[in-house]
Amino acid sequence: MSIQYLLLSVFICVHLWLKRGVVIYLDNAATSWPKPPEVLRAMTDFMERRGGNPGRSGHQLSIDAGRAVYDAREAVAELFHVADPLRIIFTLNATHALNIALHGIVRAGDSVVTTGIEHNSVMRPLKALQKGGAQVTAVPCRADTTLDLEAMARAIKPGTRLVAATHASNVTGALMPVAEIGRQAHASGALFLVDAAQTGGCVPLDVTALGIDLLAFSGHKGLLGPAGTGGLVIGPNVDTAAMEPLLRGGTGSRSEFYEQPEDLPDRFESGTPNGPGLAGLAAGVRHVLGLGVENIRARELESADTLRRGLAAARGVRLYGPPDTAGRIAVVSFTIDGRSVSEAGLRLDEEFGVMCRVGLHCAPSAHRTLGTFPEGTIRFAPGLMAAKADIAAALRAVETIAQG
Amino acid sequence: MNSYGVVLFHTTAAALRSEKVIERAGLTAKLIPTPRHLSSDCGIALRFGWPEREKVDMTLKQANVPLAGIHPFDAP
Repeated sequence: MSIQYLLLSVFICVHLWLKRGVVIYLDNAATSWPKPPEVLRAMTDFMERRGGNPGRSGHQLSIDAGRAVYDAREAVAELFHVADPLRIIFTLNATHALNIALHGIVRAGDSVVTTGIEHNSVMRPLKALQKGGAQVTAVPCRADTTLDLEAMARAIKPGTRLVAATHASNVTGALMPVAEIGRQAHASGALFLVDAAQTGGCVPLDVTALGIDLLAFSGHKGLLGPAGTGGLVIGPNVDTAAMEPLLRGGTGSRSEFYEQPEDLPDRFESGTPNGPGLAGLAAGVRHVLGLGVENIRARELESADTLRRGLAAARGVRLYGPPDTAGRIAVVSFTIDGRSVSEAGLRLDEEFGVMCRVGLHCAPSAHRTLGTFPEGTIRFAPGLMAAKADIAAALRAVETIAQG
Repeated sequence: MNSYGVVLFHTTAAALRSEKVIERAGLTAKLIPTPRHLSSDCGIALRFGWPEREKVDMTLKQANVPLAGIHPFDAP
């Protein structure tokens, strides 16, 4: 064995030892991690002590499991300022909630207006509804993915059935002016659906003040719950009896009838719910409420702004999305000249322990708007737990990759 | 014999909500399996002391909890 080979082996061993277990998690737009310890405790407690089927039987374990699920309803109601917790429908995820809303409301011949940067969780159901005879208009956004409200106003016409908009782009973090879109929708008699997958728990959200008729949220992102949780808030102006449910089945109520009940939340909650998951969600939302959404937003934006400043100064790095902090959430998209996003993603993970998401982020229309289709971008989404040192290390990693 | 009443609901979510609302109002009640002779609607009902009937009724109505009915229920 040559001395050079020995030295190289020693160097590799020392390098790997120094890098051992380094995890810089910047993928909170996909799912938040780590979760607060009380979320894990609530889930374990549910499995160990409250393990009945929520809302099915009359014994104490079933009732106690039901209480855990109901607690989650109250926590979410407090977070989004929902007057009636029974109008919160729990689902598997935001996609499931969006499908309940879109397929429940839109019929053949109805017209739907949406933005040009939506996630596939909105675009794919709309495409299917379009094939079934609905008219769908996607209003193009500006090159930085911000929305032109005048173009939106022109697209919404008297008789428009539904206006569907994301609260913030999952690619650039650009916030949509939901209050104004809501006013435009209501002025034309349309219902207003908001996809809050990226903003729930990260941006203050008051469904009543913002005029949101339907709010789809994810439980495992900003709400800090586990995967397999999400929901749909249905406002008082929505005629839910006229909405066709996506699933029909056992609800533990009105069991003598074969027709799906009209009562909420049962109309849209068939089958055994995710008890342990919802117990975890309740704990996650309580954690968020304890910290305060404004404080969470300030902390996450500080990390995002440090990232943006560092990336803007790095040679060969292109940043996307709106420049002003107030118009964004903590999602930062960029590309590195001469490097494919997949190569950069692999090196960030393997060499630097930086976990992020690269590619199209399930939102091809946002990337078409940015001019980054079909290659996509590298996305950093710092969460609540990102330390200053993590942000600095991630920036050094990008600089290293950009240089050589 | 104790004199009770039961509140019936169309959904268990409403029954669970009623428990919270009643508890916050400082009243006493207990979720029990729905007496089958009264209803087969939803698996659980809220049992309360019959003398508090009006307070229970008013508290639940003020909180907009959808009810299926309130009945006297004499049971151990």
